[in-house]
Amino acid sequence: MIEAQRAAYKEEAFELLAELETSLLALEETPGDQEIIGRVFRALHTIKGSGAMFGFDAVAGFTHEMETVFDLVREGRLSVTKTLVDLTLAAKDRIRSMLAESGGTMPVDEEECRRIVRAFQELAPKPDEGSIAVRPQAAPSMGCCDKIVTYRIHFRPHRNIFLTGTQPILLLNELRELGDCNVIAHTDAIPPLEELSPDECFLYWDIVLTTREGIDAIRDVFIFVEDDCELKIETVDDGDGADGCSNPNKLLGDILIERGYVSRDDLENALKSRKRIGEVLMDGGLVDAARIEVALVEQHHIREIREKRQRGEQASSLRIPADRLDTLVDLVGELVTVQARLSQTVASLDHPELLLISEEVERLTTDLRDNTMSLRMLPIGTTFSKLKRLVRDLSDELGKEVVLVTDGAETELDKTVIERLNDPLVHLIRNCIDHGIEKPDVRKKTGKPRQGTVRISAAHSGASVLLHISDDGAGLNADAIRARAAEKGLISQGTEIPEKELFSLIFTPGFSTAKEVTSISGRGVGMDVVKRGIEVLRGSIEIGSQRGLGTTITLKLPLTLAIIDGLLVKVGEGFFVAPLSVVRECVELTREDAARANGRQITVVRGEIVPYIRLRERFEIEGDAPEVEQIVITEVPNGSVGIVVDKVMGEHQTVIKNLGKLYRGVEAISGATILGDGTVALIMDIHKLVEEIEAEEKQEHSTNRGERLCLRT
Amino acid sequence: MSKIIMTVDDSASIRQMVNFTLEQAGYRVVEAKDGKDALSKLNGTSVQMVITDLNMPNMDGIDLIRNLRADPAYRFIPIVMLTTESQADKKQAGKEAGATGWIVKPFKPEQLLAVVKKVLG
Repeated sequence: MIEAQRAAYKEEAFELLAELETSLLALEETPGDQEIIGRVFRALHTIKGSGAMFGFDAVAGFTHEMETVFDLVREGRLSVTKTLVDLTLAAKDRIRSMLAESGGTMPVDEEECRRIVRAFQELAPKPDEGSIAVRPQAAPSMGCCDKIVTYRIHFRPHRNIFLTGTQPILLLNELRELGDCNVIAHTDAIPPLEELSPDECFLYWDIVLTTREGIDAIRDVFIFVEDDCELKIETVDDGDGADGCSNPNKLLGDILIERGYVSRDDLENALKSRKRIGEVLMDGGLVDAARIEVALVEQHHIREIREKRQRGEQASSLRIPADRLDTLVDLVGELVTVQARLSQTVASLDHPELLLISEEVERLTTDLRDNTMSLRMLPIGTTFSKLKRLVRDLSDELGKEVVLVTDGAETELDKTVIERLNDPLVHLIRNCIDHGIEKPDVRKKTGKPRQGTVRISAAHSGASVLLHISDDGAGLNADAIRARAAEKGLISQGTEIPEKELFSLIFTPGFSTAKEVTSISGRGVGMDVVKRGIEVLRGSIEIGSQRGLGTTITLKLPLTLAIIDGLLVKVGEGFFVAPLSVVRECVELTREDAARANGRQITVVRGEIVPYIRLRERFEIEGDAPEVEQIVITEVPNGSVGIVVDKVMGEHQTVIKNLGKLYRGVEAISGATILGDGTVALIMDIHKLVEEIEAEEKQEHSTNRGERLCLRT
Repeated sequence: MSKIIMTVDDSASIRQMVNFTLEQAGYRVVEAKDGKDALSKLNGTSVQMVITDLNMPNMDGIDLIRNLRADPAYRFIPIVMLTTESQADKKQAGKEAGATGWIVKPFKPEQLLAVVKKVLG
């Protein structure tokens, strides 16, 4: 676009030059013709003005001298002579060649140019300070000083300000953009209605502004109205506290005196009466209410910015022993429990006032919970830096060249999660380097860079954190895994199973395809330990790989371990909680629906076939199911699974309590929580529950087959 | 509804640059080549702002501003004039005629937009 504009300018300039020549020749015949002089001037003016705008600086500078002279001619202070016309015609030819040959950025024949410029300067009685170039308008000074200064601004526009199309509100808005701003409008000059002219401005303003932009920026705001208003800008607080006030309070009396609203004598007299100073002065008619208000606003403004400054100067972080935080989290947990009890009790009473209080407490508790949890959050970066060292040492030991790239180090996770994440991560990285990344010369042969890359990235995803550990190594050998799995009897020979499931077999205890055991890995312990470690954290692990390109392991971890949002459900007399993060939706299951499925535990939700688990059967709960049951549709790694319950109670802030040693073997239950009325609800690990059932089914399946085989023989 | 700005300048290249800048910033533009052209094109239609050069044939910027201010429809709209440094007295005359502000030529597109934002909001 700029090029097109430059071309347009050139074309226009040539036209103007032609017009200039015609005008000059005409001027020679009638030297006094004002109209022709005006035409010459305008042509020069436009060539200069647009020239500078489109980057033809030399042309603009050169033409400026000519314009100055013709300005004088136009004003009658200089008369048109043959010398002037000759000179101008010569100059015109210069401009033409400057435009044509060099694009107008450089004078073509500098000597000639200078001669002409000098000649023009001699013609003008007061040479324009010898300056050739036109100064471009200075850009408004921005952020020149880092110092935060408070100004008091008094802005009283003249009454006719509206007649120049000025809108004072825009100016005030502009001031507000500069920093913290308090605006007080004065209405005392507004006349009675019958005298009020809507075209006139009777308002005026006092503004207290704290900004780091400097006084010039403030003046720039008022640049167009400077002559049409009363404007006073004074510094109140220069930002470094050098005015001797570390005390954020500034005395009202001092402000009044500084502003010249009262004299010191009056103030001292007023002070003697020991009443509130503002009232005394007002009562005595020494100062009006509006001015007192201005002073009060300024006092308040200054107090705020000084307090802010002091807060900023104080230490911004605090070291607290971790166990104190843990105690706090426990206490918040108790509070959440009590709050649930309160809500439940209130709900059973008909007491609106108490209900109001209870709801307030509920809101506060939620805020308190979130805040407390955030205190325990740490960036995962600390773990990353430990791994860097590990990668360095390991790659040396194995004769490989590996670099660790991390991403999302600032992602925050619960302190406990981070601590317990360390071991699984170390295992995974070891595997990457030992089995994944090839030796440098092997990599070179396959066209990869000698140096292998292990990448760890962390990112938030809803209530979880996703950790990706990827390498650009050899990838998993699907055939080897299949063969090994068949050998171990994990899959039957020749079965086709999806790669994802195949890869997940490497998490089976004792599973290794490594031909030799190194000091670092290959014994087949490791991946199952990793899996267990992640599952203890209520996380999940997935693996993806492409032969020759690398492997990516994805860990999904909960943000926190202590309190979660859960969905409370009821089966018979028992309560259960499903973590809300895995719940997708709840649908109804009628007896008819169940019957229609021919005994298979399957339902169709919006076209998707979803298998379901009857919790009543699974947990062997006595009693009959109601006519209409509820299915809680949950997301597990391999798809959706419905959990059939009697009743869905609703969301529940779940404080996780660990179960005793006795229940350690129950994998499908990850903990317990206490409900409002003191009842215990069990927290289900949906993922585990589904796995358990799948495993049982598989076993059943193979035993069945075994039986059949027996029958045949 | 984007605001409409009238640009008045006898130089086609300046008009082109100004219009391009304003249109890029989302304004609608009506252009005129001098004061007379501007008045005939306006003729009571609604524009929210006028940007005018001062030195123009037929009717110069000062006269245009005076004419506009005499018309109730344009009495309070912002009018910005394009001036050069050598025109301090012109600037004064423009202000007296009722111009809201000015832009000193040469200017950059962002300076133009800053001024438009300043007076038009």
